[in-house]
Amino acid sequence: MSKNGQAPKEKPKFAMYWAAACGGCEIAVLNIGEKILDVDANFDVVFWPVAMDAKYKDVEAMPDKSILLTLFNGGIRNEENEHMAKLLRQKSQILVAFGSCANEGCIPGLANLSSMQEVFNAAYESVSTENPQHIRPQFSYQVPEGMLTIPLFYPVLRTLDQVVDVDYFMPGCPPESHQIAAVIDLVIAVLHGEAELPPKGAVIGVGDSTVCEECQRARNIKKITKLVRIHEVAEVDPDLCLLEQGILCNGPATRSGCGARCPSVGAACIGCYGPAVGVVDYGARLMTAVASVIDSTEPDEIEAILDGIPDPAGTFYRFNLAHSLLHAARPAMEEVIG
Amino acid sequence: MNDQFEPVIIGFTCNWCSYRAADLAGTARIKYPPNIRLIRLMCSGRMDPTFVLKALAEGADGVMITGCHPGECHYLDQNYKALRRVLLLRRTIGQMGIEPGRVKLVWASAAEGVRLAQEIGHFVEEIRDMGPLNWPGRLAAAHVNGHGRDDRLMPADMMLEEVPA
Repeated sequence: MSKNGQAPKEKPKFAMYWAAACGGCEIAVLNIGEKILDVDANFDVVFWPVAMDAKYKDVEAMPDKSILLTLFNGGIRNEENEHMAKLLRQKSQILVAFGSCANEGCIPGLANLSSMQEVFNAAYESVSTENPQHIRPQFSYQVPEGMLTIPLFYPVLRTLDQVVDVDYFMPGCPPESHQIAAVIDLVIAVLHGEAELPPKGAVIGVGDSTVCEECQRARNIKKITKLVRIHEVAEVDPDLCLLEQGILCNGPATRSGCGARCPSVGAACIGCYGPAVGVVDYGARLMTAVASVIDSTEPDEIEAILDGIPDPAGTFYRFNLAHSLLHAARPAMEEVIG
Repeated sequence: MNDQFEPVIIGFTCNWCSYRAADLAGTARIKYPPNIRLIRLMCSGRMDPTFVLKALAEGADGVMITGCHPGECHYLDQNYKALRRVLLLRRTIGQMGIEPGRVKLVWASAAEGVRLAQEIGHFVEEIRDMGPLNWPGRLAAAHVNGHGRDDRLMPADMMLEEVPA
């Protein structure tokens, strides 16, 4: 109750959740600095596992559509992720796929190249793992008190929009803090009736071109005769397009919005902001771009230049595999066909 | 009817040479298997790898891309672009567990109706030997089985050994 005895106006509710993600998106939200106080001033944070204590049953008890804004980061890797995606969809008015994992699968989505067996081997039998008894998780286990279960692990990772209806898409690994701040400012302006929400399905917190457009490096007609990795270059020219120096850069296919941060410090773009406007399949667009600028007409010579890309699928689909046309590699799907 | 596997093949042909080769095969009544569905592009350089991936992802068993012979492209050198894209794409799909041979590039001039028909015939047999790709079916099965508890999700050798107390 406020001082004059009237109930204070209820603040709109905010939630943030992580599914199959690394936690970097949460850090990026905290990186907006003092603007986080605006979030607190304008929203009632009702559910944010990394920042506050709340139980799933608390969310289940909320009325449908009672949360105004939910930022959902992470891909759908297991039963728990899927349950929370569906639950938060049901409880939220605006559901935002936040960060690369929720949008495109990101690094966790690269596991779609491997069978579940390989994924479990990497997790429980790798060189850096001490597991002499070869213990593996079981999804259910009978104890005297009853059956214990853990969430079922799915054969392929899915993105949020492959599981539930998504209102807005905000890419980035993680989204840049100034972009997050701009989106929060917009939502607050909407709350105060000073702005309108973008149309449903919009990609928010991004530019409308490619990373190349934001990149300050000089660009010429590209003629690539050799593809190298960055550590194989004696000295990277600080002013020339990285692709022209033979360093594979994902800028041509990647959405602008980050300010070309990686190329500006001499590291190639790896594509974390996802596909540029109009791109159906990120990897296909990048393959198109790279193949176009290779300066050779001889099959053997072209193959020799392409040998400079040791891991094409991992390079072209580093962030986008789970949202690509093929979605997963055959081993990830084989195991369940039986 | 026999129950031989009939592959579905999508063919991307260029307007100036290979589509005319296919046309010539038609007017000359040269037979080639009906497994291929031809889509005419203005040039093989218009062939975006997206088209190939979409075809495979939506049920095609193989994709054939045809263009003018090297040096004879109507748009000077775009068929070399197609060549480079196909070589790169084949590497990528190989990593995805798709036989690179499911994507084939063939050069055919407007006069080579007979040769194009032969190439199509060969490709159909190559794909028949590889068997169905059935990408949509595989993906759907992975998703369906991911939705419920299914013992097949837990390979036998992944079962827990009893841990001594």
